Amino acid sequence: MPETTVEESVRKYSTLAIPSQEQLLYGVCPHPLECGLGLTIGAGTVFPEVNFTLPPMNMTDETWPEVVAHYEQMAEQILRRAVSLGVPGIVLEFELLPPMTEKPEWGAELTAILKRHMRASHEKHKLACALRVTPTDIRDQSKPPLMRSGQAWERLKRSLELCADAGADILSIESIGGKEVHDQALMYGDFPGVVFALGVLAPRDMSWLWGQIHHICAARPGVICGGDSACGFANTAMQLAHQKMLPEVLAATVRAMSAVRSLAAFEQGAVGPSKDCAYEGPVIKAITGYPISMEGKSASCAHFSPVGNIAAAMCDLWSNESVQNVRLLSGNAPEVFTELLSYDCRLMNTAAGAGGALQMRDWMTLSDEWLSPQAAVLSPKATIRIATAIVSEDSPYRQTIAAGRAAVEIMKDGVNQQKLHLSRKEQQWLTRIDGVLESLPREGETLMHDLESQYGSLYDKAGYGLE
Amino acid sequence: MAKSEELYNAILEGDAKRAHAATAEALAAGVVPMDLIAGSMVPAMDEVGRLFEAEEYFVPELLLAGRAMKSALELLRPLLAAAGEKMATRVVIGTVKGDLHDIGKNIVGSMLEGSGFEVIDLGTDVSPEKFVAAVEERNPQVICMSALLTVTMPAMKTTIDALTNAGVRTRVKVLIGGAPVTSQYAKEIGADGYSESASGAVGLVRGLIANA
Repeated sequence: MPETTVEESVRKYSTLAIPSQEQLLYGVCPHPLECGLGLTIGAGTVFPEVNFTLPPMNMTDETWPEVVAHYEQMAEQILRRAVSLGVPGIVLEFELLPPMTEKPEWGAELTAILKRHMRASHEKHKLACALRVTPTDIRDQSKPPLMRSGQAWERLKRSLELCADAGADILSIESIGGKEVHDQALMYGDFPGVVFALGVLAPRDMSWLWGQIHHICAARPGVICGGDSACGFANTAMQLAHQKMLPEVLAATVRAMSAVRSLAAFEQGAVGPSKDCAYEGPVIKAITGYPISMEGKSASCAHFSPVGNIAAAMCDLWSNESVQNVRLLSGNAPEVFTELLSYDCRLMNTAAGAGGALQMRDWMTLSDEWLSPQAAVLSPKATIRIATAIVSEDSPYRQTIAAGRAAVEIMKDGVNQQKLHLSRKEQQWLTRIDGVLESLPREGETLMHDLESQYGSLYDKAGYGLE
Repeated sequence: MAKSEELYNAILEGDAKRAHAATAEALAAGVVPMDLIAGSMVPAMDEVGRLFEAEEYFVPELLLAGRAMKSALELLRPLLAAAGEKMATRVVIGTVKGDLHDIGKNIVGSMLEGSGFEVIDLGTDVSPEKFVAAVEERNPQVICMSALLTVTMPAMKTTIDALTNAGVRTRVKVLIGGAPVTSQYAKEIGADGYSESASGAVGLVRGLIANA
């Protein structure tokens, strides 16, 4: 199996940029990022990142003016509320819906509208701000998905380019390489399949895709190569665990392992801020030193999470994930969530300004840490442990296994110290995952061959550079 | 009624190979297919469902049991058909046009299959025309539609309208589900039912078929 070589990668991480948990704080990172209109992320201040979407409606040529009107309204109201609250800066994230990526001109038109509003706010109110644009990864339209060629990839690439040209300051994506195998493996609790998807397929696609995005950004000065999210992997597991469909210990292990595929974006030139729904972000921050976006309690408009406070402990941007443009008593939901995020950030920044960032971080951590296995792997201490395990190995496959082992050890320690309480079934699954991790072959190629009859028909080998 | 403990346990433990072997052994011993279904397979899947509801089983155990059940049914289907027995209820399932999310749809499909239904999965981004064609060509009793995005929800109504316009709406029950979908929305667009969970969807299909 051809491996991605050091020469092909922009960077390879073998040490931690933030080596101790005491230095792993919200709002600060070794490599702050200047972007957009006067915004610097990771230099001591946490900013809100507001994400918004349409209410239930058809998206067609006929309804397009209505779609445009929604985005005009959302931008205007979000920025107005931000100015009213005197936020020191703000990021708006425009996550394209599939039709907006299918028709790249649509996504670009909306990008330009949002940027126009942001420029006006910056000029009139000196509001520091940046626009993150996230096209949809539509490459899974065919079965098996075509990752590196075909109409879907061409449209996605065009969407990234047009959005960058239309005013995006940060490009991101929630990429789906390996998901076609991961979905099935996760549903059937087949842990070797999960490792194969996360440790072999996903990093290979990430390396290729982020190499492409890096080229797009490099050709457009001022456009930043943001970061990815294991949303389709670890957040899927998190939501299924929430619904008691999957064990929480499995979701927690998947989260830790998913950091390796998300790290591949940074190896290929991403500089952050990583995506808000990438709860693996703290591991990325510890390894790379670049700023991250996170979401938690103020993203409950979009989904449940057992990590509402702890997710903020190391963030540089604080997001609401997504909210529909529907009317609430105090205004439309996007501006309402702008206010929620603004107050969250103001409290964190005030604590930091008074020298209390570490205390604040630890309170946010302690309030969640042992109430869920998924929170247990997200503490600063656990983050350093997982990050250290990752940089200690030399291939994405072995890094993924190392991250999984670290997560299992963190949970076992929590149980042994009687801090983490697991049901009998959860404990059985933890033991099972531990056993599988110990029994996996040393090389990803061997695992791929072992699983060929099970998963070979689900993915296109050429799409992962495996032929 | 003849009961195969081995088949019952194999399904409960999600062991497809054992289930297949136990079925073959029972058939060789002269056990009637319908007796195997009623005596071992249905009780096993009922117990699996009970364990899932009691949070003793997660989805993986549920799906593996379904896979074991399916492997046993593979041996029985031709025999049942030859004997003129009524085949399982047929369900067509798909994620609506414009929407690529499929994990929820896959779980529902797998759970239906594990519960003995014949499932035809149309995949994701399924146009109204494809749903209509599936009804006309495959003659299902039930259609299940999934959507995860607010902007793809309206495709559920478009599909129901297309079924009506094609004159096949009365031939099928239509169920909908997905994160942004509600029972209120199901009523508004003229669906026959909505479930917020995969296990609920199985119960809903059973109920609708029983009352049809």
